[in-house]
Amino acid sequence: MPLPLEGPIQYDRVKGTKISKPARNVVQQAYVKDVAEGIAITLRHFFKNTKEMIRNERPDAVTDAIADGVTTLEYPFQKRPYPERFRGVHRLTLREDGSPRCVACFCCSTACPAQCIYIEAGEYPDGDRRRGYEKYPVKFVIDELRCIFCGFCVEACPCDAIRMDTGMHPQPYDSRDQFVFGKSLLMSFAGADGTQQSQNPRVEPGEKGFPGITRLAGHH
Amino acid sequence: MTTVTILAALLKILVVVGFGFTLAAVLTWAERRQSAMMQDRFGPNRASFKLFGKEIRLAGLVHVAADGLKFFFKEDFVPPNADKLLHALAPMLSLFPPVVLMAVVPFGDTLCLDQLRNGHTWAAVERFGTCTTAPSSTALPAVPLQVFDTNVGILYIFALAGMGIVGATIAGWSSDNKFSVLGGLRAASQLVSYEVAMGLSLVGAFMVYGTVRLDEMARWQGEHVWGIFVQPLGFLLFWAASLAESKRTPFDMPEGESEIVAGHLVEYSGMKFGMFYFGEYIEIVVSSALLVAIFLGGYNLPFLHRDGFTVTFAGAAWHQTLPHLVVILMQALTFFGKVMVLCWFQLFFRWTLPRFRYDQVMKFGWRMLLPATLANVFLTGVVVLAIDRAGERLASRLALVADGLNLLVAALIVFAFIRVVVGMIVPSGPPTRAGVPETPQAA
Repeated sequence: MPLPLEGPIQYDRVKGTKISKPARNVVQQAYVKDVAEGIAITLRHFFKNTKEMIRNERPDAVTDAIADGVTTLEYPFQKRPYPERFRGVHRLTLREDGSPRCVACFCCSTACPAQCIYIEAGEYPDGDRRRGYEKYPVKFVIDELRCIFCGFCVEACPCDAIRMDTGMHPQPYDSRDQFVFGKSLLMSFAGADGTQQSQNPRVEPGEKGFPGITRLAGHH
Repeated sequence: MTTVTILAALLKILVVVGFGFTLAAVLTWAERRQSAMMQDRFGPNRASFKLFGKEIRLAGLVHVAADGLKFFFKEDFVPPNADKLLHALAPMLSLFPPVVLMAVVPFGDTLCLDQLRNGHTWAAVERFGTCTTAPSSTALPAVPLQVFDTNVGILYIFALAGMGIVGATIAGWSSDNKFSVLGGLRAASQLVSYEVAMGLSLVGAFMVYGTVRLDEMARWQGEHVWGIFVQPLGFLLFWAASLAESKRTPFDMPEGESEIVAGHLVEYSGMKFGMFYFGEYIEIVVSSALLVAIFLGGYNLPFLHRDGFTVTFAGAAWHQTLPHLVVILMQALTFFGKVMVLCWFQLFFRWTLPRFRYDQVMKFGWRMLLPATLANVFLTGVVVLAIDRAGERLASRLALVADGLNLLVAALIVFAFIRVVVGMIVPSGPPTRAGVPETPQAA
């Protein structure tokens, strides 16, 4: 609306739409019926839940989590099962002879966005059949407090040496340095299926199917 | 005043105060577990003590003791600029009135000690009339089961209930805190407003009973019918007013957690806060006791009279004489049981109703409750006069209606008992959960 250029400015009264209050009858206004209805609901819940508590019939907090009734999980004594592909604490898978499958290629520590994996690579000693073919981790350290449990290390590993299928979450400890897991601890964990080895067999030097190429044979 | 009277008085005080405090303590537990049951959760159940190497939790009842211990060992903080004297006085003023209010509530009929002597321990007494014995120096007195047997009765209750304002207001004033002052002011205005409605809501009951003495009210209800049937509106109005007087959630303006933190309780900690907290629960007990005494038949069970059970219906009568001691014991148990059930029920209001706004509380008190109580007074007056004028025929019809209502109450009590207690404990067969896999899915 254009302002008038001449003469006194006309101030209109504020125009609003009148919204009528919803009509209430005597019963609603007395508030007795509504109070009774509300109390009937709480009474129903009270009796149902008390009955189930006394008879120990309350719905299972794990399997009936969204059922009516008290479905509180009593945590330390009762745990919700993790899904099958839950990413828990890492473990290092083992070879048949109990040594780590890890070849210290640094793929995991490179892929790690949190930079929580520290690896020191070392050569197998002279005379070992794996010497010159692959390396092994002298140190393999994961800081579980830095870890963001993204699973990139597992994706990056070319030899299925690191896995997060333990189904465990880090236990609470007293100090931060206890969350820094070393090689031997990581090797001691088993997967959720109980095995410490991997399903994929690794062909060792000298075994059938070994490609026959060693690193030392190449020209550097 | 003889030794027997004094001993009896001490014993009565012990019973009443012990009952009040114990029930209030249990209510602090009941409120938390009960609200948990209403809201589909466990509630506090972890406090425990070890007995013979076994952990005992008592369904969370240990929390009552744990809370008490906590209150005693917490720092008792007094704001530097607070009025030290009033700050310490307020919790006492707030705990005192509800405790002494219990004094006038009768928890049984008059105990005729003299009739129990001389080998008549298991004898019955007359249904009508109080203990009539030949006046002699050796006669034992009749003991009314009421700590303070006074003829002002309900006026004493009004006077002391009015004291409750003082505690909250002084707490708000002495704390040197703006929120506290607001809370104290709100407490004062709210309690004064509802005091009026509370007083007027009982006037109808006085007219019907023709007395202000609580023991006579209870006796009238035993002889005729429970007060809730003759004063249904008065019952509701008194209940609403006493809810508002107890400063609990639908009417928790003085505390007003969302606006003024905790109102008059902001600067209180330790056992001083505990006294306010405890006073609140004793108020629930007292208001339940008053509701029971005035409207729910007091210590009376349907058809139970001083001489035993007498079921009269339409002229036919069945009578079973019971010893005086048994009757008195049954009456006391009835009274305490009724109070407990009503306390349990009163807790539901807090966990069901949303709280009112401050202006809504005031409007409800002055514009709704007060006119309704006045209307109740006039209506009751008209009806009482009309019945008095109507003569014998209507009176006999009304007696028939009263018998029917007594029968109804008895049936309801039995039904509720069977439905709740038995239905809750006795198993109905193995538990079945339809539509749910029996084994949890593999992890």
